[in-house]
Amino acid sequence: MTPGMSVIALLSIFVLAVFVGFEVVSKVSTTLHTPLMSGANAIHGVILVGAIIVAGRSDSAFSLTLSLIAIVLATINMVGGFVVTDRMLEMFKGKKKPTAKEAK
Amino acid sequence: MNYNLYSLIGLVAAVCFILALKGLSSPKGARRGNIIGAIGATIATVVVFFYDDPAEGGLKNLPLILIAIVVGVIVGVPAARKVQMTAMPQLVALFNGVGGGAAALVAIVEYLHLGDTANTAEVIATVFTVIVGCVSFSGSIITFLKLQELMTTRPVVFPGGRFVIAGTLAATLAAAVWVVIELGTNPLMILAALSLLFGILFVLPVGGADVPIVISLLNAFTGLTVAASGYVLDSTLLIIAGTLVGASGTILTRLMAEAMGRSLFGTLFGAFTAKPQEATGAAEERPVRSGSPDDVAILLNYARRVVIVPGFGLAVAQAQHTVRELADLMLAKGIDVAYGIHPVAGRMPGHMNVLLAEANVPYDQLAEMDEVNPTFGQTDVAIVIGANDVVNPAAQTTPGCPIYGMPILEVSNAANIIFLKRSMRPGFAGIENELLYDPKTMLLFGDAKASLTKVVSALKNL
Repeated sequence: MTPGMSVIALLSIFVLAVFVGFEVVSKVSTTLHTPLMSGANAIHGVILVGAIIVAGRSDSAFSLTLSLIAIVLATINMVGGFVVTDRMLEMFKGKKKPTAKEAK
Repeated sequence: MNYNLYSLIGLVAAVCFILALKGLSSPKGARRGNIIGAIGATIATVVVFFYDDPAEGGLKNLPLILIAIVVGVIVGVPAARKVQMTAMPQLVALFNGVGGGAAALVAIVEYLHLGDTANTAEVIATVFTVIVGCVSFSGSIITFLKLQELMTTRPVVFPGGRFVIAGTLAATLAAAVWVVIELGTNPLMILAALSLLFGILFVLPVGGADVPIVISLLNAFTGLTVAASGYVLDSTLLIIAGTLVGASGTILTRLMAEAMGRSLFGTLFGAFTAKPQEATGAAEERPVRSGSPDDVAILLNYARRVVIVPGFGLAVAQAQHTVRELADLMLAKGIDVAYGIHPVAGRMPGHMNVLLAEANVPYDQLAEMDEVNPTFGQTDVAIVIGANDVVNPAAQTTPGCPIYGMPILEVSNAANIIFLKRSMRPGFAGIENELLYDPKTMLLFGDAKASLTKVVSALKNL
């Protein structure tokens, strides 16, 4: 194990993060629900870091296999998630120009 | 690299994630927010390769790890790039599921690694991650199958289903206690299997418009599993990132549930008690008034105000550009045009906004439900394109139907209603729509894009 923090310190981080998470998305328009969900989805792909750590210390073939599967899955989650979110948001750009065209 | 530097860089990544969520909550900063999130994730991933754990040393199995990452990229990126915008909700569900699966696997492997040295708190966190990660995985797969229409989209309710679900839940919890007391690999595997089963049973009875809420909820679940595995792995970054997603996902789930006018509790457990819908075979024999594209064009030509109500059918037909063409044509004729956007039209909240934005529909023409509902009284024609459940009056008139209580777009108040439909098939929730038999309703059957193209050319000639 790493030179770890106390349970209390980790708990404090957890609780503070809960409040930050609540606060950050408390006012979001319906339009952005889908991209926000997709973006948050990509962020939890950071479990990849955990998958790499456990793969890097695997001794048995069984553990290694499971953790390599975890890496593949987590990478799909993370990379795919950010790419698909970007694609969604790409469509929102340039919505001012057509308004000007419409006015003619 | 030492622990302090490693943790500091992890903190930078965590801040990136906070900024990412913040950005994604506002239209202006959304795209930048997503990129900041991606940068944070990249930083976090790269730095882990340079960290030498004092107890464990550097990473072993490096080539295999890199190969696994490359495989993930090869699978994930093309899937995300090539997916049709219509299939996006299920892709997000799938990505979420594999994330949950990854978290569960990480927890299992770490549990095997810790062996007897695991303390009770770590075992509990492991158990939590395995249960919720597996539920998220199997639940998301079922959601994916439903949205992809590889299985029925209706709530699957079987006799005694409630007891099977409750029994599975009880067995899962018992297995969880067993793992905490006995500490063994076999109990953990049994726990994982039961959790997978529970995930399937949990999502099967959910149908119709509730599916997006379930995706969002499972997303929040996965976030929490990442936080819990962060605790086991002693990674503050994972704790922060996972908790952020868990918390924001919970809020988002609640917002979506509110947008649909239902309680979160009702969404999750209402379906458990739902009875299978009776087949309304007799009703389908009733006469409907169907029209030609020319009839529709004439109706539109003499209208002063038209409201377009897009739904999933628009997405399927990829008709967003054609509908814009129609709207432009009507505007040129001096007709007042607005789009009535139901918050959950399509398969995901905000789905229609994404689609119409792709067709460069001006933002100010998109009217949200609260805005557009009072105006239907002054609307000459409401064109419903491939939408059904979101305009179905049964939501207001038929207690006990799966969508009862969901706010709808009150198109029935418009002077004329035009439905563009592929067939008489009911909507995603599988409920008959009385509005189709209304005397002021005209139906135009066919693919939405083909129908709209015909209407556009007919309207041009008038």
